[in-house]
Amino acid sequence: MARAVTRNARIGWTIAAWAVALLIFFPILYTIITSLKSEQEAIAGFDLIPSFTLESYQTVQSQNNYWRPFMNSVILSVGSTLLALVVAIPAAWAMAFSPTKRTKDILMWMLSTKMMPAVAVLVPIYLIFLRTGLMDTRIGLTILLMLINLPIVVWMLYTYFREIPGEILEAARMDGASLRDEILYVLTPMAIPGIASTLLLNIILAWNEAFWTIQLTTTKAAPLSAFIASFSSPQGLFWAKLSAASVMAIAPILVLGWFSQKQLVRGLTFGAVK
Amino acid sequence: MGQITLQGVAKRFGEVEVIPPLDLTIEDGEFVVFVGPSGCGKSTLLRLIAGLEDVSGGRILIDGKDATDASPAKRGLAMVFQSYALYPHMSVRKNIAFPMKMAGMPKPEQDRRIEAAAKALNLTSYLDRRPGQLSGGQRQRVAIGRAIVREPSAFLFDEPLSNLDAALRVGMRLEISELHNRLKTTMIYVTHDQVEAMTMADKIVVLQAGRIEQVGSPLDLYHAPKNVFVAGFIGSPRMNLFTGAVAADYGAQTIGVRPEHIRISATTGKWQGRVGVSEHLGSDSFFYVEGTGLAETVTVRSGGEVGLRHGDTVWLTPDEGKIHKFDTNGDRI
Ligand SMILES: Nc1ncnc2c1ncn2[C@@H]1O[C@H](COP(=O)(O)OP(=O)(O)OP(=O)(O)O)[C@@H](O)[C@H]1O
Ligand SMILES: [Mg+2]
Repeated sequence: MARAVTRNARIGWTIAAWAVALLIFFPILYTIITSLKSEQEAIAGFDLIPSFTLESYQTVQSQNNYWRPFMNSVILSVGSTLLALVVAIPAAWAMAFSPTKRTKDILMWMLSTKMMPAVAVLVPIYLIFLRTGLMDTRIGLTILLMLINLPIVVWMLYTYFREIPGEILEAARMDGASLRDEILYVLTPMAIPGIASTLLLNIILAWNEAFWTIQLTTTKAAPLSAFIASFSSPQGLFWAKLSAASVMAIAPILVLGWFSQKQLVRGLTFGAVK
Repeated sequence: MGQITLQGVAKRFGEVEVIPPLDLTIEDGEFVVFVGPSGCGKSTLLRLIAGLEDVSGGRILIDGKDATDASPAKRGLAMVFQSYALYPHMSVRKNIAFPMKMAGMPKPEQDRRIEAAAKALNLTSYLDRRPGQLSGGQRQRVAIGRAIVREPSAFLFDEPLSNLDAALRVGMRLEISELHNRLKTTMIYVTHDQVEAMTMADKIVVLQAGRIEQVGSPLDLYHAPKNVFVAGFIGSPRMNLFTGAVAADYGAQTIGVRPEHIRISATTGKWQGRVGVSEHLGSDSFFYVEGTGLAETVTVRSGGEVGLRHGDTVWLTPDEGKIHKFDTNGDRI
């Protein structure tokens, strides 16, 4: 009897979980379906069966070259992430391995900058970009995205580094390792999984960033997020093309996310302490 | 060679003085054990010797040379940590090889030493595993292997066995003692464990609040504790300490009698009491005697099995020659 109840409960939970998952995934699914419709079908109303035409994709590609914003997205997300790591690794390192009384406060302060709505600084940043000639440049946007995600990168790296037991570093010192050896043979191998998952997550964050990329670019430096947006305004209501553009924008990051799932969830098992 | 001398070594963390200036000499080849209550500064003292902490004052000499400001790497000492502190991303072989690699030792010599250490420590079949795939005892052996291959001038152990279960602990204790007999290298060993201290040490250093209370051989400390603290700390079960009228009879502020130096009898004796809890181990019996008016309970150890039960009235007689007397400062008279 008890068995039957738990089995029913399990089936119930499975159905519920699938329902929730489907609900969350539905907008993306419907985007894909719509992108495979003709414009007439798309406007016609709700319909889950498209005619599987690729015409929207063709128009999107011929009207607005896809590869240019794609390359911009790659450059901006990877560039800003690498730049952020260069700044954040030493910072997180210092805070994790030689903390002071103020370390926690500094971390909180850094994170608190993320609590401010982006619009609040839109005008000053817009003006700075305009005056310094950074408007619609890849370099300007790369630096901006780097700064925006920096608090999260520092925070993530800090928590990963904190998990490296200090005694292992002391053991290395006792074993005759110089600072260089310690970093090269002990710290880095142990820190790499944490750095890798931070890198992946930040690439995704930067890839999906839409507010600043739309505000501060027109064509030259516009990444895919701005590319999607360009379909919604000047061309009126072309649902199928908009959907096709969206699918093309999210596909690369979805693929990246899929292949790096393990790394994102992080499978590092420490076995040295206890 | 591995003579270590501390001259006026002190340590402060901010305002807190954890170790007031202390002097200590550890001779080459000695097995020295640091014991003391939790938080008394045993680990700190060991880390000062290792160079993992900077001294706030005084000098540390290793083999007569000033090593006070030398980096841990330059001191030629090896340390075994309580948490083992193995490198999780390296195989056992690489872990053991690491200090030799750092020293730039030729590869064939490294391999020879790894084989020798693995054989001595029963690790031969685990050399290609990662630390995460080993049991606690095996990890501890790897940590010891990593320490011995570089032939340090002294070994530093910080409670190396406290994460192991009782049976394994006894085995490892013997292995470390054997290692010391074989290598004759100076060893400094921090422990909480009475038995480890008494059985392994050539010399025990009893610490309290960063101060050295007494330094001596295990039997010195057992037979002639310098003060009440050492008397109460060394020996298990603890020495009985009495103050008041009984102590005054002996011309002392405090007297101490070890449980094994009190005879228990159902008929005659000096002090009368009642059996409270009793523990029968077969080889020994422990009685916690109440109502003597001397102290809340008096612990008595008796060889073999004694037919006394809870609530029985008993008589206790101390071995007069083995009573320890202490003055008002707690120092031995
Ligand atoms: N980094 C530190 N900063 C401040 N105080 C410290 C630090 N390390 C140790 N202490 C203090 O120094 C004292 C001695 O610590 P230590 O670790 O040497 O004790 P211990 O004798 O090894 O204790 P246990 O037996 O519990 O390991 C403790 O009171 C501890 O709180
Ligand atoms: Mg300690």
